[in-house]
Amino acid sequence: MTGAVPVLGASAVLLNSQGVLTGGAAARAAEHSGHEMDGAGGGHAGFRDGATVDHAANGFDPSDIVRDFDWGTTSRMAGGRTLRQWELQAVEREIEVAPGVSYAAWTYNGRIPGPTLRAREGERLRITFANGTGHPHTIHFHGIHPAEMDGVPGVGAGTIGPGGVTVYEFDAQPAGLHLYHCHVRPLAEHIAKGLYGAFIIDPAGGRPEADELVMVMNGFDTNFDRANELYAANTIPFAYMNRPIQARRDELVRVYLVNVLEYDLINSFHLHGNLFNYFPTGTGAAASELTDTVMLCQGQRGILEWRFPYAGKFMFHAHQSEFTELGWQGFFEVS
Amino acid sequence: MAGADSPVGGDPVAVAGQRVPSWLLALVPLLLIAVALGVFVGLGGPGLGERRGPPVEELAVEKTTLRPGVIELLVRNDGPDDVSIAQVQVNDAFAQFSGADQPIGRLHTAAVRVEQPWIEGEAYEVSLLTATGGTIIHEIPVAVATPETDVSFFALMALLGVYVGVIPIALGMLWLPWIGRISSRWLRLIMALTVGLLAFLAVDATLEGFKSAGEGSQAFGGPALVVIGAAIAYLSLSGVSEWLARRQQTTSAAGGSGDALALLVAVGIGLHNLGEGVAIGAAYSVGALTLGAFLVVGFAIHNTTEGIAIVAPLANRRPSVTRLIELGLIAGAPAVLGAWIGSAAFNSSLAAFLFGFGAGAIVQVVVQLAPSLRDDDGRLLHPAAVGGLTAGMAIMFATGLLVSV
Repeated sequence: MTGAVPVLGASAVLLNSQGVLTGGAAARAAEHSGHEMDGAGGGHAGFRDGATVDHAANGFDPSDIVRDFDWGTTSRMAGGRTLRQWELQAVEREIEVAPGVSYAAWTYNGRIPGPTLRAREGERLRITFANGTGHPHTIHFHGIHPAEMDGVPGVGAGTIGPGGVTVYEFDAQPAGLHLYHCHVRPLAEHIAKGLYGAFIIDPAGGRPEADELVMVMNGFDTNFDRANELYAANTIPFAYMNRPIQARRDELVRVYLVNVLEYDLINSFHLHGNLFNYFPTGTGAAASELTDTVMLCQGQRGILEWRFPYAGKFMFHAHQSEFTELGWQGFFEVS
Repeated sequence: MAGADSPVGGDPVAVAGQRVPSWLLALVPLLLIAVALGVFVGLGGPGLGERRGPPVEELAVEKTTLRPGVIELLVRNDGPDDVSIAQVQVNDAFAQFSGADQPIGRLHTAAVRVEQPWIEGEAYEVSLLTATGGTIIHEIPVAVATPETDVSFFALMALLGVYVGVIPIALGMLWLPWIGRISSRWLRLIMALTVGLLAFLAVDATLEGFKSAGEGSQAFGGPALVVIGAAIAYLSLSGVSEWLARRQQTTSAAGGSGDALALLVAVGIGLHNLGEGVAIGAAYSVGALTLGAFLVVGFAIHNTTEGIAIVAPLANRRPSVTRLIELGLIAGAPAVLGAWIGSAAFNSSLAAFLFGFGAGAIVQVVVQLAPSLRDDDGRLLHPAAVGGLTAGMAIMFATGLLVSV
């Protein structure tokens, strides 16, 4: 799309000279001082007039998802072992990903990210998957399981066609933070459209009591140019700017952080005014690092733990400024 | 219908009282077409089915205005469907904006006012995110404050127009006394030179027109506007010159075609300078033009030759000074008007049309001048004419290198 700015004849040369002539430090400083923006975004990047999407129409709300852990239903197996079951359905759904912008998404159970499946180490897990869309899908779990339960084409049940049903069943191991996603070609499309979720296996002995949160870092390529127009934790950009996540002073906060972002090589999480203990993949008992920024590639995940010593509002966001200002930022409000 | 009521063998329309007025005959097909289309639309286009695919979203940015802390885009819906601008990004960050809160209908415009603390001399990419998730990208290669269009700005543009249009042409016309003394052979050479100059201008204006046409909204025809502009100018000027010729025949035999030719040349060059003024004004308003002595000197040399073209047909006459001033203003003053249009209300479709208009006018003038190149044997492309034509084009090409905008 070309604009109407006429760049005529030899203007390229003139343009450059213009830049040199007027682009000096003095001009920049003068230009910068005059107008600090303090609009609806309060100085932060944001959607028009600080508006957000219609969560009710979407059928899910990031403020709920952040504390929503789906323990499924349990029953006793012979020998006393716990059998934990979920039903997941692939559903096509129109989602308002930014105010006024609709996106034809593919979802598990009508939400993005899909349900945060949570189990305890050593349990038997049974996930019934029904494909309610017009395209073939699978669920591929990270973790340790037999090959035929891997949810990839050509192995086990393989690809599940439209209307098809299959059951994935395996032991919950190892303890840690994992994820699940569709594994049908073309992969990038199947993942980017919304078929993913967090999958948590608690250690047999449990983890210390904490205010637990789950954040699935994602984005949306709304114009299909294989680059994201929107970035977020739990799908809706700026959601936690509009409604900060509530936290309490001195209480242990635990964030289950998963990166599923497609099309960008890495993603990151940065916490303001604090540092956190980082447990990569949540598989070890000892923190690998006390830091305020972690970088994750797609599929990488980890557990973050910290306490807020001070009350007030603290930002968290990707420390790629582009992602931040395209939606992946939020506030903790500590009281 | 009238025929059906008429007696056999009688005149079908002659019977008084039964005669159908001819305007009604013209109207009936029109009404039937309207009824047929109405029924077709009323039935929802029977047989065509639902439209396939998502809506086509096309927006062309027609004007970019930069003020401290604000980037304002005037967008026009180029495409067949309404476009809703949901969000705006500037350099990969969401930005606050106002305007365009309703869907923009086909060919309608909307002003999008984006809050952005832009920095002079830097580049910006404004991305309009539509309701379907599509993006319309507008590049601002170098951010420069858009000049305020106040009185002093219009005065500056007028001065610029005078510098590049009026003064050089007036200077060129000072060759008139010399032209009056040279032999007819040399005069033919000068006329050939003039035709060469004009031919170059016609090509130049056409190319500039196509360039402008490619830049903005295509909804109004794009390159077709250049061709339409040229055709309209050619036909109008042909009509005017016919009218002038007839008037001279009836009034005085001594009037001669020289005056009319000079006027036509002045009009043609004036229309060309209108387009040139638009280009200069537009380039200045987006900061793509450095106003300076070099530009003015370049235009002076370039446009001085246009002055020769005007006075060449007047070689064996003694026009009054008032007449000469009139001709000079007709040829040069449109540059002032063009600079105003270009800087204050630039629209690439309009610019394309005006460039085409100028080109068409010049072609018409060339056709008018061509007979004056004939030598005593009636040959058109004799060596002197070819030399003059080539020299004219060469002069325009060389001096044009000084002033590309």
